[in-house]
Amino acid sequence: MKPAPFTYHRPADLDSLVATMADLGDEAKLLAGGQSLVPLLALRLASPTHLVDMSRVLDLRAVDVHEAGESADAGYLVVGANATQRDVELDLRIAARVPLLADALPLIAHPQIRNRGTVCGSIAHADPAAELPAVALALDARIVVRSARGTRRIDASDFFLSYLETALEPDDVVVAVEFPLAAPHTGAAFHEISRRHGDFAMAGVAASLTLDHDGRIVDARLALSGVASIPLRAAAAEAGLVGAAPTDEAFLAASSEATALLDPPDDIHATAAYRKHIAGVLVRRALRAAHERALAGFEQS
Amino acid sequence: MNSAPGTPHEEAPGVRSQDVRIRVNGEDREAYVEVRTTLADVLRDEFRLTGTHLGCEHGVCGACTVLIDGRAVRSCLVFAVQLDGTDASVVTVEGLGTPEAMHPVQQAFYEAMSFQCGYCTPGFVCSTVAFLDEWRASGRPALDERDLRVALSGNLCRCTGYQSIVDGLALAVERIIGDETTTDAAITTATIITTTTE
Repeated sequence: MKPAPFTYHRPADLDSLVATMADLGDEAKLLAGGQSLVPLLALRLASPTHLVDMSRVLDLRAVDVHEAGESADAGYLVVGANATQRDVELDLRIAARVPLLADALPLIAHPQIRNRGTVCGSIAHADPAAELPAVALALDARIVVRSARGTRRIDASDFFLSYLETALEPDDVVVAVEFPLAAPHTGAAFHEISRRHGDFAMAGVAASLTLDHDGRIVDARLALSGVASIPLRAAAAEAGLVGAAPTDEAFLAASSEATALLDPPDDIHATAAYRKHIAGVLVRRALRAAHERALAGFEQS
Repeated sequence: MNSAPGTPHEEAPGVRSQDVRIRVNGEDREAYVEVRTTLADVLRDEFRLTGTHLGCEHGVCGACTVLIDGRAVRSCLVFAVQLDGTDASVVTVEGLGTPEAMHPVQQAFYEAMSFQCGYCTPGFVCSTVAFLDEWRASGRPALDERDLRVALSGNLCRCTGYQSIVDGLALAVERIIGDETTTDAAITTATIITTTTE
């Protein structure tokens, strides 16, 4: 065993989970799937005084599609905090309803990790090279947070602050992440380049395109992972695509726009220049793949 | 509401050590351990199931892979207390077969000589068993060599003897298809074997 000693808490329901976090605050870390946290403990990069195991709060395991209606989460896929990445990956509804999420999940590490790791945990951990923070940002997902002060929703655009830092307070519990259901004629793709299958990527791109009946782009979503201390939304590139015809020229312009201001990190895995180059290539590839999938949706409908 | 740093949380109900009860290879087992003890360490040190090997102890190498409810999991990234008292069922390499009656995956690895030093083998065997069970459950879609290599990509072999391990998996796939379906499907797998051994 390699982690430093800690005290273990296992609340049985959501109220006692929230109360435990209110009591322990910044001396505690939440343990869900543990696939990011336990390596940090093993390497002693983290040594919290308390670990609070949220896995026994059974109602947080649900994955629900809420169609349009009156409730606050209508029109969203709601992924509970204890739902594993593999639970969602194997859920047959996801490919049609949140295609970007479905395309990104198999790229995360390996099945052994996805069998324990949770969707919400990966987003709360906020590694900028990870897939799910970029997916959440691209889709305008909402992070549902509960604390002793009540329940609130944080927009993904306000959530990621810096490397492994989020808008969460020490006693906040992420209870779910809500992903908007895709509009008809939407295609999506997540592309990344890593040294080995399952490694953190040197750069990744989440892309989603929605077409109108004339085949023009009515909605474009682009987010980049692994090129900054947080996942980045390429808003100017998206704006350039909306209203345009989905041509290679338009995708090339989007890739120039999306990467123009990038200043990626240099490290042992890749130079900044190489990261910036592959980010541009990946933007074009992901947009092309997203477009093909949107067209395939047309043919089926 | 937070106490000052260093102030003990006397009211906090947490524990540093406790009894853990876990179902392993069909038996209910129990041990009193520090809460920071991983499932891998409980299996090896308390239950003396030393077939589960530890390589990196931080989730990279896959040597410690076991099955929890049929799914492959890294036992170094699970604390034993997380499973305590649940209905989760853990299966280690000892629970798959015996030298006299090997699991079909163990038999295939044996025949394909899917090991050099053998240290990583229990992890590869457990990952392979889970992969084949999921592949069966999803209706046995066609597999190519890339699928087999991706299936094993979460396990490292420091001898780098990957070719014979992929051969072992391909042989297990061929046996399943041969046992369960028509000759056409068996021909498809024979193609896999050929491409993976080139």
